[in-house]
Amino acid sequence: MQRSPLYTILFATAVCIVCAIVVSSAAVSLKERQDINAALDKQRNVLKAAGLMEQKEKLDAAEVAKRFENIEMLVIDLATGESAADIDPMTFNQAREAKDPSSSTEAPPNPSLIKRLPNHSMIYRVLDDKGDLDALVLPIEGYGLWKFLYGFIALESDLNTVRGITYYEHGETPGLGGEVDNPRWKDGWKGRMVFGDDGEPEIEVIKGYAGPVDTDPYEVDGLSGATLTARGVTNMIHFWLGENGFGPYLDHLAEEGTA
Amino acid sequence: MSSKSREALVDPLFNDNPIALQVLGICSALAVTTRMDTSLVMSIAVICVLTLSNVFISLLRNSIPTNIRIIVQLTIIASLVIVTDQILKAYLPDISKQLSVFVGLIITNCIIMGRAEAFAMANPPRMSLLDGLGNGLGYALILMLTAFLRELFGSGKLFGKPVLPLITEGGWYEPNGLMVLSPSAFFIIGLLIWALRVWKPDQIEED
Repeated sequence: MQRSPLYTILFATAVCIVCAIVVSSAAVSLKERQDINAALDKQRNVLKAAGLMEQKEKLDAAEVAKRFENIEMLVIDLATGESAADIDPMTFNQAREAKDPSSSTEAPPNPSLIKRLPNHSMIYRVLDDKGDLDALVLPIEGYGLWKFLYGFIALESDLNTVRGITYYEHGETPGLGGEVDNPRWKDGWKGRMVFGDDGEPEIEVIKGYAGPVDTDPYEVDGLSGATLTARGVTNMIHFWLGENGFGPYLDHLAEEGTA
Repeated sequence: MSSKSREALVDPLFNDNPIALQVLGICSALAVTTRMDTSLVMSIAVICVLTLSNVFISLLRNSIPTNIRIIVQLTIIASLVIVTDQILKAYLPDISKQLSVFVGLIITNCIIMGRAEAFAMANPPRMSLLDGLGNGLGYALILMLTAFLRELFGSGKLFGKPVLPLITEGGWYEPNGLMVLSPSAFFIIGLLIWALRVWKPDQIEED
């Protein structure tokens, strides 16, 4: 029925206010649970990248914590590559640090569209029974086609061979770029080499199928219909394993000979 | 229950199914039906949103100004969808991750807007509730049937539990790869529509 313009405006305002209150109270009251789930999901992805958990395995919080016993969380200084022992990994918030101008620097122009680099980053050291480094899980992030992808790449103790890769958050097209979640695709990374003879990251997601690991160590199967996502994955690995990312830390580790 | 209310509830199951007859909500029906558990959660989410949106819109139907009614309906539907999405993220994080954007896309599911505009705007809350429930169940019925066939023949499983032992795991069943891809849902829904129209010939459209 026809109403006066004033009524229409008041009605619209009232509907908006009521809906806004409902939506925001739901979001706020469920935030805590969602954060717990997100943290657990992140931990599961660390385990998956490190090969400590099957791709399709379902683990509850207790089991995840148990498998995390052999994993040392460490906050490192990205620029120097040294560990920042004064920062507690449990309270370290990398996303917040990257946003705060006092704890981050402007990133050099890069195809992953990373704007600010945090001064520190959290890494995960998987230790063997003797306490030596067995694998290194490094966080990676960068732009794909639609949004940032967030994930982990795990390197063997030679700091060159890939053990696994996972993404725990992305907004790529389901069925195309979203196939970065496909366990079969992720399995194709195992055993590939990251660094070429000159020490620069050389690994690349190609178009089509990559050969076996022995003959084709630097290539990974492409994602059909998702060239830009694939390029994003290559870019972010080159960025994070390069000199602006974890390069200094990897050098540091190699010098120390703990590798 | 009067015959009219029963009609509102039961009709959308076979006589006036939102997917099979009205051919609405196909997008999500293609996308989430690779597995039965995701389909079940999606069905429940749609039933909740549809029923509640029908009730709220019906309650407000006499006070909504005609010229902004679509946007008011959308605001209510969108709010319900966001709340549903938040609840799924908090309590069923794994399934919510698999459903990815499709929960959010319930907003654009034509069934919900369609029922709001066609039914809830003209009927009292109790009837609208039944209508929402009925259409939600009609959607769920087709979704679950499609998911049953796709998961069974596509991955030899039902609700993630192995039913047909796969060759790759030492069994005898070679999974049909087409079934896990979206086009198979098109075929299955097409066949379901065909079967339904053989059973109820009055649904056949005239040329």
